[in-house]
Amino acid sequence: MTGSRGPTGARAGASPPTVPAVPAVRLPRRRGTELVLIVLAVLLSVYGYCEVGLARHGSVPPGAAGYGAGLGVLALVAHCAVRFRAPYADPLLLPIAVLLNGLGLVLIYRLDLETPDDQAAPTQLVWSTFGVALFIAVVVLVRDHRVLQRYAYLSAVAALFLMILPIFFPAVNGARIWLRIGGFSIQPGEFAKVLLAIFFASYLAANRNALSYTGRKIWRFQLPTMRVFAPILVFWLISVGVLVLERDLGTSLLFFGLFIVMLYVATGRVSWIAIGLVLAAGGAVVVGALEPHVNSRVQDWLHPFASIDAGQGPGQVAQSLFAFAAGGILGAGLGAGHSILIGFAAKSDFILATAGEELGLVGLTAIFLLYALLVERGYRAGLALRDPFGRLLAIGLASIVALQVFVIAGGVMGLIPLTGMAMPFLAQGGSSVVTNWIIVALLVRIGDSARAQLLPDDALEAHR
Amino acid sequence: MTRYIRRAAAFCLVLLVALLVNSARVQVFEADSLDDNPANRRGTIERYDQPRGDILVGGRPVTGSRDTGEQLRYERTYKNGPLYAPVTGYASQVYGTSLLEHAEDGILSGTDPMLAPLPLWNDLTRSQQPGGDVATTIDAAAQRAAYRGLAGRRGAVAALNPATGEILALVSSPSYDPGAIAGTDSATTSAWTDLNGAASQPMLNRAIRQTYPPGSTFKIVTAAAALDSGTVTDVDGPTHTPSPWVLPDTSTRLENEATGCEDASLADAIRVSCNTVMAKLGVEVGLNGMVSAARKFGFDDAGIRIPSSVSRSNFDTDMDRSQLALSSIGQFNTTATPLQMAMVSAAVANGGILMSPHLVERTTDEHGATVAQTGSKEYKQAMNPATAVELQRMMQGAVEDGTGTNAQIPGVTVGGKTGTAQHGVGNKGIPYAWFISWARSPDAGAPGVAVAVVVEDASADRADISGGGSAAPIARDVMEAVLNSAGNSAGNSADNSAGNSG
Repeated sequence: MTGSRGPTGARAGASPPTVPAVPAVRLPRRRGTELVLIVLAVLLSVYGYCEVGLARHGSVPPGAAGYGAGLGVLALVAHCAVRFRAPYADPLLLPIAVLLNGLGLVLIYRLDLETPDDQAAPTQLVWSTFGVALFIAVVVLVRDHRVLQRYAYLSAVAALFLMILPIFFPAVNGARIWLRIGGFSIQPGEFAKVLLAIFFASYLAANRNALSYTGRKIWRFQLPTMRVFAPILVFWLISVGVLVLERDLGTSLLFFGLFIVMLYVATGRVSWIAIGLVLAAGGAVVVGALEPHVNSRVQDWLHPFASIDAGQGPGQVAQSLFAFAAGGILGAGLGAGHSILIGFAAKSDFILATAGEELGLVGLTAIFLLYALLVERGYRAGLALRDPFGRLLAIGLASIVALQVFVIAGGVMGLIPLTGMAMPFLAQGGSSVVTNWIIVALLVRIGDSARAQLLPDDALEAHR
Repeated sequence: MTRYIRRAAAFCLVLLVALLVNSARVQVFEADSLDDNPANRRGTIERYDQPRGDILVGGRPVTGSRDTGEQLRYERTYKNGPLYAPVTGYASQVYGTSLLEHAEDGILSGTDPMLAPLPLWNDLTRSQQPGGDVATTIDAAAQRAAYRGLAGRRGAVAALNPATGEILALVSSPSYDPGAIAGTDSATTSAWTDLNGAASQPMLNRAIRQTYPPGSTFKIVTAAAALDSGTVTDVDGPTHTPSPWVLPDTSTRLENEATGCEDASLADAIRVSCNTVMAKLGVEVGLNGMVSAARKFGFDDAGIRIPSSVSRSNFDTDMDRSQLALSSIGQFNTTATPLQMAMVSAAVANGGILMSPHLVERTTDEHGATVAQTGSKEYKQAMNPATAVELQRMMQGAVEDGTGTNAQIPGVTVGGKTGTAQHGVGNKGIPYAWFISWARSPDAGAPGVAVAVVVEDASADRADISGGGSAAPIARDVMEAVLNSAGNSAGNSADNSAGNSG
């Protein structure tokens, strides 16, 4: 909270330029804190891995040491990259990402025990490694987040390309969102999220005054001029339209929410929220009426037990609710639940049900708070920064995490209609893990910039 | 912009709170109803996640558990399923449980809080313990003898230890293999359908769940009532009964199958089974006296548990004198389970004291440590001890020199009573052949076994069906088996000592 006010104070207290080597305000780097937290996160994950083995077979799983070492090395390398290239970064971001990723691997490994023919954890570990590699690449290569502003339109085109690409590939489970290359499935829409956030942040940063203060006013709502608004509206329509075609409802909902949040933060116009809600309501009615797929999701949400009454056994949402209920407050314990009853997508969209059943309300709350902390650190970086692009990008990336967690967690717990999406870091899905590591990398970079602003000018120069 | 960022952050906080509140709703407030949803398989999975405890006969398990490797992991198996089905019942993953499998399910499935080292704490956590065992009172040899004797004919056998109430044999025929309906596959479903659709009702436990008109075997109850009430003071004295006898307030003549019933004594009436004498005595005792006598033996009691419930045997309480006359010879609305008639025999054998029948000797945890023990307890004083002695003598007469000679065992004191109960419209149905009896080893102070046998045999010649013909040999075999296994355990030690001295 002090971040936005901090810079002036720090600068006022800076030493005269004659003594540049010794800044009056020493800015803690907090890398030691990060290291300790990372070690704890790795140990916690290894503990969970061992607990699964003990619960299922009464012995520590043979891969425990290897698993711990792998996760530990990944985390340490990432830590080194941050230590040398983003020394002022927020010390919480990386440990949270490591913990969630590690916990996700434990949950997937645990579910693998129920499906001997379908081992997902090894693949997930490979993707996690790739994700950390990209994290390091981003932290090392992107020295200043403002560079990204230059690639706004390139990002937009790339995002559209990635979203349209799967249309030319066969549908998997009713959704055309996958690319199958070799043994790996890629979900390009996941990467598009980051690119879209970059584009939105850049465009809004450049045009936010025009969006805020020009155009006609209808009653209390200030409408923007079409010249400024048209490109973003067209782009948004294309992206959401494509996703609807691909039946990727979760992502379209996410994009929509992201768009509204960023527009509001950029302009401060409540009218955006009103317009957004009107558009969303209209879109929902149209899509709900035209798409039987969507309609059935809404019915499942309203009547999760209808299939039981009809004698067809419990549906996925009902099974998911059973799993959460079985967990109760303290949970059944890792390895002791029956969330595999959910069946299809138990390791991906419904991974949270396993967490809910085996770790209970207590564990679930802890997971939600980890996400909340991640989002909060992103928002804090946004508040601390001074350049509008950086602020919007930080808010955008953090909002992606917040919205995604809400949409999928709310979906599997019966709060809102279910839309298929990956729980960040936890769920099986390579593209998702990689994307989330990139998001965290960008937040680390932005956080570093936000803190480094507090440095005296000469030190700041040295930092860059 | 800062203000808007803060507002957006507040929005995210709202989302977080919504998720947390919703989590509490699902995991705490609605958890119980979700857990109890019949479509939720968790309870079922947990139940079958460990081997079920066993039911023991003579210390050996007659049940088992098979690891199927499927979602419902352990499936019930039965050794000698049809033989012990009336004892064990079934434990099916689809159709639930019955009889002992049902009554002792808590012990067998491991959910009984008494199995836990800290029962109160366990009641709270509701965690599952390994299944315990249920030791029955069944005598394997007697059970086999009864099953062999019925040889697939419709009927039932119940045998008791008169002194303790332990059920030594409980057989119903035709029987079925409960293992056939233990699993979840399609064979289970079709077996279940076949068993339930079969005309012979193999899953009906005739020994405790079917009531039959007891016919002449009920005359023991009437005799006890007559002696206890003082209606008859000299069992060998004449009863002033014409033959045939006209039912009171009617013109219906009651005939005798036997000869020599004219003015017969009570002892002779029991020995050769005179309808006229016993019907008249019942009327002389009166409705109240007969009802109270019958109830002392367990009639009209719907609450008998062994621990499975036993069907209520009936003696009507609101009858005119002619109906009372017929009821007193086990006709009209009088019905009894085979176990009920074994209790009648046991009460006579035990000097008038009827012990509560029970099937479970004790329950143990998986290591064999006793969880609960079923002690012998008195059900009721069914008659005066002196009456019991007289009745023993009369029943002995029936076996030595009456209708029940087929039950004789060389060197053993046996008392019995035959019965041939008519039923159906105009009494044209196949009669039920009854025999109730008890036996005492020469070296024993008291009878060691009481038994009731009923055979309903549609394939047999009508003339052949009589308690003495069809039922008495089965009773004899069962009694012999019990006395032999008791003798064997005594004999074994005798052999050992003989070997030592030699």
